Parts: sequence; structure tokens; C-alpha cells
Amino acid sequence: MSEAVANDAMEAGGTEGVVDDWSRDKQVFGVPWGKAMMWIFLLSDTFIFSCFLVGYMSVRIATTDPWPLPSEVFALTIFGHSIPLVLIAIMTFILITSSGTMALAVNMGYRKDRNKTFWLMVATAVLGASFVGMQAFEWTKLISEGVRPWGNPFGAAQFGSSFFMITGFHGLHVSAGVIYLLIIAFRVKNGFYEKRGGNYEIVEIAGLYWHFVDLVWVFIFAFFYLW
Amino acid sequence: MAAEGQQHPLKVYYLVWLLLFVVSFFSYMVDYLHLQGTLRWTLILVFMFVKAGFIVAIFMHMQWERLALKIAILGPPVAILVLIWLMSLEGIYIEDTRLEYYGDSTMEPETPHH
Repeated sequence: MSEAVANDAMEAGGTEGVVDDWSRDKQVFGVPWGKAMMWIFLLSDTFIFSCFLVGYMSVRIATTDPWPLPSEVFALTIFGHSIPLVLIAIMTFILITSSGTMALAVNMGYRKDRNKTFWLMVATAVLGASFVGMQAFEWTKLISEGVRPWGNPFGAAQFGSSFFMITGFHGLHVSAGVIYLLIIAFRVKNGFYEKRGGNYEIVEIAGLYWHFVDLVWVFIFAFFYLW
Repeated sequence: MAAEGQQHPLKVYYLVWLLLFVVSFFSYMVDYLHLQGTLRWTLILVFMFVKAGFIVAIFMHMQWERLALKIAILGPPVAILVLIWLMSLEGIYIEDTRLEYYGDSTMEPETPHH
């Protein structure tokens, strides 16, 4: 209802549309308030992750010790062959797969196909949980090799603190996302939103969060693991 | 449009999904093939921005939002470029200072607890 009111004046596009949207003395953004709030939250989260990554950049520039080679530190030996970064690559593909299932869940939500939405969201959450599991494995491996926040056997001491801080905070986001997705999925299934006018925007809002987690991983993968 | 929510043909999602897989594979190949130097960094950044762009534009539906929302959300992160610039200057300065006062890293005494 409120969306319809918000949208009735939204005809102009381009820069003229921007001026119109901001000067209407009404809701500025032509989206449900929950979605606008999620976007603003994600914007703030963007700054948090940027600060971590920029912090990592500056300690990596400032150190006089050689930086440990991620390609070797994160290599795994499978069937006698050492494959560089293989677990990280698998984790990347898992997260992309989960992003795809989430995008489909959002689409099915708008089609009011509750059953498909539920199962796609559960699939997304399961993939997310397996991502966290692999990260736990990665942490265990590195800790057993002597990587600590204050030092490690491979090179610059700042490697450990950057690694644990960045991947830890991201893993926390994935874990929170898994819980969030499951809550919404079960509400979709048991008809919670049918009682509220059959509006499934919430699936899209949850999807925004999930895609953001994938987005952050794209940057971590590029800057921490590949650089 | 926006009143009925973001509904788009499934084909778009499948296409972007496939593309993300292919580009991720390419960026993994950058490491696997041991590319070095400017080529490596350029490819890493190009693949990263392609992936990020498709996720934001298609999966997060930003492409179909109004310009007012696009500017409000995508504009502020540009400020991060200033932070990157300042912190890289700072990092270089600290490294120079360390080299000047502590000399080569191999001569530096172990200081595990700062």
C-alpha cells in the first residue's frame, strides 16, 4: 500500500527523476522501507570491510619482512599433488552457487511459489553452512601450522592478524546469514507472510544480504588470496 | 514495475550465474598459471570488478532501481579511494622509516609482542 503511494509520482527518469524523488516531500526511494534500510546497512558494512581490507593493505605495504605467499600457504595436497589455493577456489564456487540459488529463491518468492522458495533458501543456507565448515577447516590447518595473530613461520607477522580478522569477520557474516535465511525460509513455508498480505519482498531483502556476503568474498578472494 | 517487486525472466539469472562461474575460474587460473607482475594485478582487478558488477547489477537488482537509490548507495563507497590513497602513502612512509632505522628486516631482532 505504502509502496503504491510512494510510486505514484515516480515517472521521470534520469537526473530529473533524482531531483523529483528527493523533492517530493514523501518517501524518497521507490522501494519498500525494509529494502532501503537493508541497502543502507549494507553500505555501512561496505565501509567496515573496506577498513579491514585497507588496513591489511597498509600493514602489507609497511612491513619489511616478506609477505607469506597465499598460493603456497593455502595449498592442499590431494592424492599426492600439491594444488595451490584449491580449498579457497572450492569455497568461492560454493558461495557463487549459493548466490545463484538465492537469486532463484527471490524470483520464486515474487511468483508466490512458497514451496520452491523454501527449498531454494534451504539450499542456500546449506551451501553457506558448508562454506563456514570449510573455513573452520582452513583455520584449523593454519593454526596447527603455527599461524597466530602475532606471528607465523612463513613471513611477515601481520599476515596472521589480517587473515583471522578479515576471514573471521566474513565468516561471522556468513553464519549470521545462514540463520537469517533459515528463519525467513521457515516463515515462508508455514504461511507467516500469507497472513500479512502475501508479500514476499522479505525474500529479496534477505537475498540482498546474502549477495552482499558473496560480494565481499569476491574482494577478499582478489586482495587477500590472489594478490 | 517496482510496485510488483523485482520480477525478471529466469534466463537473466542463469546467464549471470554461469558468467560468475566462468570469471571465477579465470581468476583462479591467474594464480594457477603463476602469472606475475602487472598482468597478474590487472587481471585480478578486472575479474574482480566484473564479478562484483554482475552481482550488484543483476543479483541485487541495482540495474532496475531508480537513479536516486543507485547514487545514494553506490556513490559513498567512492570515498574509499581516498582512504586507499592516504593509507598507501602512509604505508610506504612507515616502510621507509623502518628500513632507515632498523635496516634490513633480516637484521631486525624478534619482537613478537608489540
